[in-house]
Parts: sequence; C-alpha cells; structure tokens
Amino acid sequence: MERFGASFLIAGIVTFFLGFFLQGVLPVLTLRKMHVTTTAELTRTVTPEFTQLASDYPEEFQRAFGEPTSDNFARALETGKAIYIAEACWHCHSQFVRPVSKEDLRFGPVSTPEEYQNAMNLPHLFGTRRVGPDLIRQAGVHSNDWHMAHLYDPRSVAPYSVMPSYPWFFDADRKPTERGLALVAYLQWLGSWTEKGPQTIYDVRQAALIPVSASAAPASAAAAPAAEKGWGDDAIETP
Amino acid sequence: MTSSAASLSRSPTTSVATRVLVNLELVRWHLTASAFWLVVSLLAGLAFAFQFNNLYPFPGIEWLSPGRVRMVHTNAAAFGFIANAFIAGLLFAIPRLTKRPILADPLGWVVLGAWNLILVLSAGGQLLGYGQAIEWGETPIFVDPLVVVGLVLLVVNLAWPILQTREQGLYVSLWYFLAAFAWTGLVYLMGNYLPQFFVPGVAGAAITGLYIHDLVGLFITPIGIGLMYFFVPLLLRKPVWSHALSMIGFWGLAFFYPMQGVHHFLFSPIPMYAQYGAVVATIAVEIVVITVIVNFFATLHGRADAIRGNLAVRWFFTGMVFYAITCFQCAFQVTLTFQKIIHFTDWVVAHAHMVMFGVFGFWIMGVAVELWPRVVGRPWVYPRLLTMHYWMTFIGLSVMIVDLTAAGLVQGFSWAGLSHWGESVVASMPFWWVRTVAGLIIITGQGCFLYAAWATARGPARVVVAAPLVTPVGVAARV
Repeated sequence: MERFGASFLIAGIVTFFLGFFLQGVLPVLTLRKMHVTTTAELTRTVTPEFTQLASDYPEEFQRAFGEPTSDNFARALETGKAIYIAEACWHCHSQFVRPVSKEDLRFGPVSTPEEYQNAMNLPHLFGTRRVGPDLIRQAGVHSNDWHMAHLYDPRSVAPYSVMPSYPWFFDADRKPTERGLALVAYLQWLGSWTEKGPQTIYDVRQAALIPVSASAAPASAAAAPAAEKGWGDDAIETP
Repeated sequence: MTSSAASLSRSPTTSVATRVLVNLELVRWHLTASAFWLVVSLLAGLAFAFQFNNLYPFPGIEWLSPGRVRMVHTNAAAFGFIANAFIAGLLFAIPRLTKRPILADPLGWVVLGAWNLILVLSAGGQLLGYGQAIEWGETPIFVDPLVVVGLVLLVVNLAWPILQTREQGLYVSLWYFLAAFAWTGLVYLMGNYLPQFFVPGVAGAAITGLYIHDLVGLFITPIGIGLMYFFVPLLLRKPVWSHALSMIGFWGLAFFYPMQGVHHFLFSPIPMYAQYGAVVATIAVEIVVITVIVNFFATLHGRADAIRGNLAVRWFFTGMVFYAITCFQCAFQVTLTFQKIIHFTDWVVAHAHMVMFGVFGFWIMGVAVELWPRVVGRPWVYPRLLTMHYWMTFIGLSVMIVDLTAAGLVQGFSWAGLSHWGESVVASMPFWWVRTVAGLIIITGQGCFLYAAWATARGPARVVVAAPLVTPVGVAARV
C-alpha cells in the first residue's frame, strides 16, 4: 500500500502549493516591481516629533540616542518596532485603514500597498483586532508628552481605556528610558509620510458643525458628549 | 536506529511483530501534557480577560504584561492543549487502523519531550519579550527551527505505519492524517519564515493570512476530522454512513482549504483579486464541509441513546454541532458585506473560540474521556464530575460565544457610526464582564474534569484493560 498512502502525502503537497501560489506568490508577483525601501532611505528625513523628543527629554535622549540624526532615528525606529512586537501591541491595534466603515473619516487616507514596501514592514504589523484605534495614521495626532503619559498610565489621558500601563519604559524619576523614547519615535513615525489634510472626523465634524451652531454654541456640538464624559484631549476638539 | 531504539523501548521484546500495538504510556503522557497546557492557556486567558475589566491581577510586572500573556494563551491552546491531545489520539488511532506500531517507541518519547520543551521555551520567550509578530506563530524566532525538527520527527514516527500497512484500503481517517502530515511542516515553514525574513509588507501579510488560516485548516481540522472518523464509528459500533460523502469531504477540503488565507485581511491593501479569490474559496469549502457534517449526523442517526449515555459521544456530537454553526457562520462572515462591520471586533474572537475550543476542544474532551480509563487501566471515578464538566464547559462557552458575537456587532456599528472611540470601549464593558464570568464557568468545569482524571489515575491497583485489536466495524475503505 506504499504507493497508495504516498498519494495522499503528494496530494497534500500539491494542494498546499496550489493555494500558496494563488494566495501568496501571486501577490508577491503583483508587487515585484515596487521598490522596497531600506530603513536608511526611510530615515533620511527625521520626523519633527523625533527632533522634538530630543528637546522634550534632553538628558534621557542624549543618553539613549545622542543627537537626533538620521542614523539615530533609524536605530530608534528599529528599537521601537521591536518593542511594539515584544509587547504584542499589534494584537490590539491594527495598522491599516480600510476603505469602508468610514475609516478614512476617522483615521485618515485609506492605506495603499506602497506604504508597506519597506524594511519596517518585515514582518508587517497589520493586526487583526482593534481594541484600541488603528495606528497607521498616528504621526502628529498626539504630542510626545501625551504618548508618554499614555504609556505610563493610559487612563490619565484616556479615562475609558483598557490598555495596560507600561512603567518599565520609564526610570525611577518617571522619565522615559531608551525603550519609551524609541516606542514613541516609532508611533510618531507611523503615517508621517501621508499628507495631513482636513480629512479626519475631527476636522470634518468641525467644518460641518460650526456654521450650524455658530451663534449659540461656539464650542462644537460634537465635542460636547465627549467633554461631558471627561474623556480628555483624546476627545473631539478644535484643532 | 531500529536495534538501539528497540533496546530502549519499554516493550520487552525487540521484534516488531510482537511489539505492543499501541504504546499506552505515550498516549497517557501526551494527554497529561495536553491537560497541563490547557491549564496554562485557561489561566492566561482569564488573566487577559480581567485586563478588559480593569482588574488585571499582575499590573506593572513586565514579564506578565497582558500583551505577552495573550500570546501564551493562544499558543498554549493551539500547540500545547490541542497538538498534544491530537498526538495522543494519533498514537492510539494510527496503529489500530494500520495494525502496525509506530516506527519507534523511543522516538515517540523524544518527540514528547522535544515538543513540550518547545512549548516551555516558546511561552518563556514570549513572556520575556521575544515573541514573533506572526499571529498563531508567536513562537520566538530561535524556537522555530526546533519546531520544524520536532514536526519532522513526529511525522516520520507516525506516517511510517500508514505507509507500511498491508491493509486492503486506507481508511478515511488515514487520508486526513497523511495530508495533514504533508501540510503541517510546510505551513509552519511558510508562515514563520517568509513574512519574517523575505517578504515585506502587503505580500507578507497575504502569506501571514495564509498561515493563520492554514494552521487551523491544514493542521488542526484534518487531524480533528480524522479522529472523528475513527472514534465515532468505534464507539457506536457501526460504520460511517456514506463512503462517497467522506471522499467528497476530503478532496473538497484538500482542494479549497489551502487557497483562502487572504480572507483574514479583507479590505486591506493586498491585491483585490487575492481577496475575492479567498472569499469564493471560503464559501466553496463551507459548502463542501457540509458533506462531513451530514455524514457524521447520519452516522449518529438512530443512536440518541449514545448521545445520552456515552459522554464521549456527547462531546463529539456537541463539537459537531458547533462545527456546523462555525461553517455556516464562516460562509456569511467571510463576505465583504459582513467584513465591513465585524472585522477587527470581538465577533472574530467569538468565532475563534468556537472553532478552537467549541469544535476541536470538545472533540479532544471526548477523546480524553474515552482514552483516559484505557491508559490508566481504571474506570472513571466520580462520573458525576464528568457530567458537570460537560455542562459547565458547554454553557460557559455558549455564553461566551453569544456574548462576544453581540459585542462585536456593537463595536462594529459604533465605529461605523463614527462615535468617539471611547464609546465602543465603554459599550463593550458589560460584554467583557460576561465574557470573564463565562470563562470562570469554563475553568471551573475543567477543574472538575482534571480532578476526576487525577483521582482516576491515582489508584494503586492497575488493572490492565486489553484493548481489542479491531478497526472500526466495516469501514475499511476501498477506493
């Protein structure tokens, strides 16, 4: 019965590779001409948030990275991504904006393939669950200080949050260590390549609502429910 | 290898012909390891659930951070609880179906040790911050080569009797086992190496989706279904209802299951043809697996007494009901229409628990209920505890599934309605509390079971139960 039994092994191998070709190899072939950017190329321009980290936390930054140069930015991004993986941030935060469910209004422009053709997406960090919001348009949405406070104690800035706190990114004086700085540099890099326009829900609601309630209530009506609940500066606000 | 291997064997003689057919000690220790990892997975899951109630028991402890504990929860469930129990089932079923023992008993012990060492290293690595960013493959990068070696040794040991058997036809279970042996190693290599080292970005995501899917579809599903085709006729003492349906089921699964990985990333930047293809293939496989479900229920037809009176059959039956629900749900939730709302929500978490625990976990419980008295040589003590185990697990899991599915809808519509993100979290709070309570009920049920198993195994006098050397009645397939 050797030949007969082997036929099921062979069937397994053949069907595996057929599926692998259709669902794995074909997408690779489709994208084969799209240049894969290296980390060095990505970090030629340093994000303003990284430069600002150097002035926000001068001593700590000096100790961890020295000057906010491209090389040090590359190192910070690599470290930040490693922490993002080690802490499994990607289990509760996704990294792509879908063209449905009004996600472009909430987060920003819909994701496109070329955004992910770089060394920072090896492995990719798409994620499959959102307990917290998507992070691929995170750059500049919050300040560095907000991120530090949020990592140290999420509910201090987002009272509804169920995110754990990460005190091991901070030293005894509650100043960020290399890990804290690197992770914030990474988060502030996500989406730094997209043009920022009046496209998120925060801006859209602002534009839509102000004329309606201009005379009576200058504070946007959309902001009110969130403000009543004390949801902090994460709530809808005037830019 | 044979002579040195046989001399290490616990079997008194070295001749293959007179070796004990089923090495019950190996089965016993794989079942024990499975129980251990079940406990690990349950406790990790409970701790993680408490995080959602803002009651995490170990706040501020780096190596017990909820994110890391979640990796232990899923990996211990898939590779500890399910894989160990499946190996136990295979070690029991394959020699009896082929009338040949596994290649070498010492190799079986090596695999037992190696596999559980891998699990310890994996869990330890994840807690210490070396988890890998591949879903269901969070096994640290330095453990991956060991997993591949372990899988190869396992497959060599278990495929040997199937390839050597002189039986007239291979029974349907063995088709599934052989195909799974070919698939598992390939799937693991693909998923853990390509997106990690070679394929960046969107194409890497396509391969990761394939890995997430294939791990369930090409490792867990075929072995689970193969074990059902073995144990159900064996316990009912009647043949499978339709041989033709089992053939359609197998070849349909083998053809369609491997080509739908991208359905985990619908509406992502992955090329749209791959997404459409995945959706169509998924709906196709759900239609095909109906043959498996029909075959199973038709085999059970007229044997309601067994569902009432035989706890193992009752576990199999309930698992198959969950399987039917899962497959039905799959065919709908994979469509783009559903994905708009339910993707990224707790709906998916409910689905995952229904598949991994409701289907395969339940089948494993049935196998364990049947095999444990055989391997320890004593009948079950405290059968009432076993009944409680069944009902608590069934009720707890059903509550969890309904609860998280509803939570998923609430979250999905909250996001689509552009409410503030906090609204979706606050609205989920009651659901997350129900989930925790449901988890506690499940855990209490497993406590009953494990105590009963321990008490059964503890007895001093060991009566050897002679396992009859029969294949399931009248089921030798002829193709």
